[in-house]
Amino acid sequence: MEHMISLFVRSIFVDNMIFAFFLGMCSYLAVSKNVKTAFGLGIAVTFVLLVTVPVDYLLQTKLLGPDCLVEGVDLSFLAFILFIAVIAGIVQLVEMIVERFSPSLYASLGIFLPLIAVNCAIMGASLFMQQRISMEPTNAQFIGGVGDSIAYALGSGIGWLLAIVGLAAIREKMAYTDVPKPLQGLGITFITVGLMAMAFMCFSGLNI
Amino acid sequence: MSKLFSEANKAAFSNPLNLDNPVTVQVLGICSALAVTSQLEPAIVMGLSVTVITAFSNVIISLLRKTIPNRIRIIVQLVVVAALVTIVSQMLKAFAYDVSVQLSVYVGLIITNCILMGRLEAFAMQNAPWPSFLDGIGNGLGYAIILVIVGFVRELFGFGTLFGINIIPQSWYVSNGGWYMDNGMMVMPAMSLIIVGCVIWAHRSINKEAK
Repeated sequence: MEHMISLFVRSIFVDNMIFAFFLGMCSYLAVSKNVKTAFGLGIAVTFVLLVTVPVDYLLQTKLLGPDCLVEGVDLSFLAFILFIAVIAGIVQLVEMIVERFSPSLYASLGIFLPLIAVNCAIMGASLFMQQRISMEPTNAQFIGGVGDSIAYALGSGIGWLLAIVGLAAIREKMAYTDVPKPLQGLGITFITVGLMAMAFMCFSGLNI
Repeated sequence: MSKLFSEANKAAFSNPLNLDNPVTVQVLGICSALAVTSQLEPAIVMGLSVTVITAFSNVIISLLRKTIPNRIRIIVQLVVVAALVTIVSQMLKAFAYDVSVQLSVYVGLIITNCILMGRLEAFAMQNAPWPSFLDGIGNGLGYAIILVIVGFVRELFGFGTLFGINIIPQSWYVSNGGWYMDNGMMVMPAMSLIIVGCVIWAHRSINKEAK
């Protein structure tokens, strides 16, 4: 239980998807123009993470790992194809749910909702999970069960949500500032994210 | 022969290198551009892998473009890309193990690199295989250029080396009685964002004058 809490907190602050690994940058930069849409996308990403990572965990440990399916066969090279298929399927599901229950959010997210399927944060979380299974159990990043993988997925999702809402809030204010012409838009956004990442570096010594 | 290198084909190849660069103009494939660039060698390997995968996935999708049903095209594209990435990842593990360890999950993340999906959707679905191939190579190299620039700056100022070879003379270092120190900030993830921001800044100011 302690390990799960530690994993959860670490994945929000220390191993933050955006600031430590730059995962999910494309939609992060494109959809962070206003807080409301950013929040909606953050929730969608968190939800997709929360479903895909435990499913991929089970696939990895019960199907793909060494000696799982057939004695002496290691299928883990198939992980890429299998993980991406799971993600694409679940994103399709989320798309249908959002369209049914919140048409306005569906319209404002536009193309970025189906593009969650190619959001690096989702695939990245699954691949990191695969890497962490083989770590030492004493390691703070170790994932040793479905519970751990859920804690990791939820933490990563919330970390991503926090980052995108923070950037959206800054960009809303930045609309009123006087930025040099060639730096406007993308350039200044990058530098802002860099400064935010520096702020998040303070958490790197965090230990629970 | 002249048809193979017509104006339109040349544009498909050369535009992404500068005017329509995938990273600085189209803003695609940022994630890996930032993460693998703390040194020059992984940056180059990553750039080449992406170039190869973009080119061949463009060709395959372009060949299949008339038979793919519109509704499931994203999944078809992802499967093609995932298969190619699996091949490249296994090749790297076999022939360049050290670099593949350094790149860790970012090889797998080429699947979700937006450049691939962006080019497949925007170009390969409407064009014949040969222009698609050129477009793939062009975009991959455009991406590689940015990676190399960022990797160069970060390795030179962060470690004082290029490809692991010392560039800054040892006698300059403070520990040897000199005046120079490596900038530890450059190794941190945050700096790569700021460097890419500056590259975009420079690129836009130059192109504005060119127009």
